[in-house]
Amino acid sequence: MLEVRDLEAGYGAVQVLFGVSLDVADNEIVALLGSNGAGKSTLNNNVSGLYAPFAGGIRFDGADITGAPSDRIVAEGIIQVPEGRKIFPNMTVRENLEMGGYRRGRPRRSQNIDRVIRVFPRLEERFSQLAGTLSGGEQQMLAIGRGMMAEPRLLILDEPSLGLSPLLVEEMFGLIRRLHEEGLAILLVEQNVVQSLALADRAYVIENGRITLSGPAAELIENPELKKSYLGL
Amino acid sequence: MYDFSIILASVINGTMTGAVYALVALGLTLIYGVLHIINFAHGSMLMVAMYAAFFLFAAGGIDPYVALPLVAALAFAFGYALQRSVISKTSHGRDEIILLVTLGISIVIENAALFFFTSNERLVTLPYDIEGIDLGVTFLVVPQLAAFGASLVITFLLWLFMARTDTGKAIRAVAKERLGARLVGINVDHIFAISFGIGTACVGAAACLLVPTFPVTPQIGYVFVLIAFTVVVLGGMGSFVGALIGGLIIGIAESVGGLFFGETLGKISISLIFILVLLFRPTGLFGQRLR
Repeated sequence: MLEVRDLEAGYGAVQVLFGVSLDVADNEIVALLGSNGAGKSTLNNNVSGLYAPFAGGIRFDGADITGAPSDRIVAEGIIQVPEGRKIFPNMTVRENLEMGGYRRGRPRRSQNIDRVIRVFPRLEERFSQLAGTLSGGEQQMLAIGRGMMAEPRLLILDEPSLGLSPLLVEEMFGLIRRLHEEGLAILLVEQNVVQSLALADRAYVIENGRITLSGPAAELIENPELKKSYLGL
Repeated sequence: MYDFSIILASVINGTMTGAVYALVALGLTLIYGVLHIINFAHGSMLMVAMYAAFFLFAAGGIDPYVALPLVAALAFAFGYALQRSVISKTSHGRDEIILLVTLGISIVIENAALFFFTSNERLVTLPYDIEGIDLGVTFLVVPQLAAFGASLVITFLLWLFMARTDTGKAIRAVAKERLGARLVGINVDHIFAISFGIGTACVGAAACLLVPTFPVTPQIGYVFVLIAFTVVVLGGMGSFVGALIGGLIIGIAESVGGLFFGETLGKISISLIFILVLLFRPTGLFGQRLR
């Protein structure tokens, strides 16, 4: 579904990614693990069309989308729920959800809103409230709900557990599992290694802009190097 | 001390003018609220639109009120094209460059107007411009009533557009959260240009409402844009309600100030209000505090 090949990318003169290759197949959850500054968000932002890569290629369902603008990427069905949520604070919860279907899924907007509410009943209680007044957990729900409004084919979740209480983190991972069971392909970008590996089919570890480890999640969790560097064992 | 009825008449007259100030300020505040740029060319565009309305009337015999939708549409197209072709290409995303670019555009437009149209005053004289309604305390003529009514209607329509349509919501989304907007598939460059176009369309409409009352010269833009900046600061940068209320307050202040201090000195009250707002409420009446 998603094929990233030898991606070189960065910001201006600063190169962050040095030849990253990564795949996500249909109906797969792939975890991308790494510490702060390893290049996870840079990879996302290039896939989402926020930046154009220096070199390398990105294909989605066989079509070349390297350097395509973000509105076209969204139209193709690659939807990113960004780190820090990036919801519209000056608009109501309802308007935020409506905007999720701005480029894609517009004809089925009201059905999609109903679907989001079934997943997040809390959002319905807050429907006419400004999104900027929601709690962190609610904002994260709204960000994911807004992503669902675009009827994603590939959902990129960037640090969905960041800043949430342990209880909410559990809930969030449960939700990601449910979305996946409905047939959605997910690229999960996380620092939360244990829970991500428990959920994912496959995983990649990125360090200093290079993929250093990859393979089935069940194998990676037994990897001594990973245990040492991320789990402190 | 003046009689109450004279002050009331002055307030009513000020309200009529204030509505047009609000309309000019609305364009300015929309462009600021979304693009975060202070558009120095706003007054020049008003001036060009006033010439357009004047020539449509003088050469084509088209009533400025009939020409309003056409001038507003042309102004929209001009603003859209200007943002996409000049401003966005030269700005490199830096606000201070845009400031200078819009200043440069205004200088070019004004000097071109001076060259082609000379500084002669030109006024649209409508055959029915002394007709109107008698309120007892004052007599309101058609150009005043039309300017007031049309400004309020346009402000309301614009508010409705921003609140209800997808494009209006996209404009609000881009104003506060550009990255989030791009991630839902909003083409930010397009929305920027639309906002600039709507801001320019506001002056296009205002121009048609002003030509029957104010003679057009290449310098006319300054008068209104200075007032519009005061209105925007008074109401709060980027606030729609603020622009409307601010416009009315400034209109009334100018009119009542003129009554007490005379026509020329009366304009002092505008600057006075401006200073007081900056001293006591720098975010304006409806402005939001910076986070």
